[in-house]
Amino acid sequence: MLDISTLLNAFPGYIAQGAIWGIMALGLYISYRLLEFSDLTVDGSFATGAAVTVMLIIMGWPAWAAMIVAVLAGMLAGLVTGLLHTALGIAPILAGILTQIALYSVNLHILGNKPNQAVSVDKYDLILSLRTVNEAIVIALIFAAALICAFYWFFGTEAGSAIRATGCNPAMAKAQGINIDFCKVFALAVSNGIVALSGGLLAQYQGFADVAIGRGAIVIGLASIIIGEVIAEALFSKHMSFWLCLSSAVIGGILYYIIMGVVLWLKLPTNDMKLFTAIIVAIFLAVPYLKKNFKTSFLRLKLAEKKKAKEAAKNA
Amino acid sequence: MLDIKGVFKTFNPGSITEKKALQGIDLHLEDGDFVTIIGGNGAGKSTMLNAIAGVWPVDEGSIFIDGKDVTAMPEHKRASLLGRVFQDPMTGTAANMQIEENLALAARRGKKRGLGWEVTKAEREKYHDMLVSLDLGLEDRLSAKVGLLSGGQRQALTLMMATMVKPKLLLLDEHTAALDPKTAAKVLEITDKAISENKLTALMVTHNMNDAIKHGNRLIMMNEGKIVYDVSGEEKKNLTVEDLMKKFSELGGHFSDRALLG
Repeated sequence: MLDISTLLNAFPGYIAQGAIWGIMALGLYISYRLLEFSDLTVDGSFATGAAVTVMLIIMGWPAWAAMIVAVLAGMLAGLVTGLLHTALGIAPILAGILTQIALYSVNLHILGNKPNQAVSVDKYDLILSLRTVNEAIVIALIFAAALICAFYWFFGTEAGSAIRATGCNPAMAKAQGINIDFCKVFALAVSNGIVALSGGLLAQYQGFADVAIGRGAIVIGLASIIIGEVIAEALFSKHMSFWLCLSSAVIGGILYYIIMGVVLWLKLPTNDMKLFTAIIVAIFLAVPYLKKNFKTSFLRLKLAEKKKAKEAAKNA
Repeated sequence: MLDIKGVFKTFNPGSITEKKALQGIDLHLEDGDFVTIIGGNGAGKSTMLNAIAGVWPVDEGSIFIDGKDVTAMPEHKRASLLGRVFQDPMTGTAANMQIEENLALAARRGKKRGLGWEVTKAEREKYHDMLVSLDLGLEDRLSAKVGLLSGGQRQALTLMMATMVKPKLLLLDEHTAALDPKTAAKVLEITDKAISENKLTALMVTHNMNDAIKHGNRLIMMNEGKIVYDVSGEEKKNLTVEDLMKKFSELGGHFSDRALLG
């Protein structure tokens, strides 16, 4: 029997996890939306963030300091992808995959050659934990809000606009004297730094870092961005301010986890979770495309023709 | 203002698609020269402009802008010396960014981009006034995305962006070719005005021989990667399309029908 109360009890947990993944989505937003660079590094840098945070906390570092180092480690990963692409001419997706694969080994080393390491909230002073889930939601949302404010400021500055121009029209950016290679590398570093931050938050939340913690991170991040966009566009029409775009990515993360929670609650087999994820993301990616293309499609003409024929038959 | 000395460029050397695009270009421009460039398809007109802009390094020769050797300077560094308008109206502006953001990006060409606001209030007022003088009704749409503008509006805006920081050299690469005749005439009028008001040195590639004769103080014709005809002053003023056609067939070249229609 399906019991609605079990779903409702699990809700706060989904919101907390969704908010943490929403922070990851903000990082991905820089590469995917502003730079138009599909950066697969994030699967690796998310785990790097988790591993660095957990190991440093175990070594006795305060959680905030551990997370700063995690951000720097993530930035380093982004830097590598950026240089693979700009300096060595490797295509964006492949550059990201190479870094991601390399990070798998690096992350195992960071974790002391173990697949996972626990960091108990009983022993260490963590920034957030699933033990106090309501507090965790607030803390994750504070991080998200601070990042949204920082984005809003930075991408309104001269340097931030140069990055947006690089993503929007590289030829124009160069003609206006913008060093697009530098912009790409810098943006990828910042993006992966934020992804690592959210990895560090998730590891603390769940009480352990796992070498596979970031598997599929790109898909979850994309899902958050796209779900948020589709819903925000439906609610606020086409006029999406930058605030709204960023906030919707975080809200998209939360919605994604709620959808996943419902899927689990329906007792669909957990082995098929990744399949459901892919299907959900594919649907949300397809909706804007189909909506846009339907207006100019042959299918629309065909349907209109059929409708006319039907009406003609009715009238006759 | 511009000195090109013995510039060669071959694309895809040694392959089946090898193209000797520039084969020994020598060109000297005086301060304030407005030179129109004509020639058939593949003559090397756009390639020469790209060589000046530094889209890729040249194989041989050197390029000086305002006395400065820019031969080894990458594109984004040369940008401080150059204003550029492209054939495709999409190329010169960032479609997903607002009109004022595009203008602000251009206002910082050759300057350091720091953490100050991209568009300040004072700038917004300045852009408003500049757009009023452009007379395309853009002054009240400063926060509209450039992607919503027509091709002609985008080219006029690109032209404004290319000249708002006075360039040592303005490169116009068939910037009216993608526009309808009426819009093209309007953009050319704006071009003439911008060049004469700011006393700019300019190179303008065109397919339209009438435009090439009517505008500028000097005309050069290119064929197979070389400058084959160079005329200025009174001689240029008295040119006719027939003269150019004759000159061109003497050189063994041929123009597309589009050039004839102009």
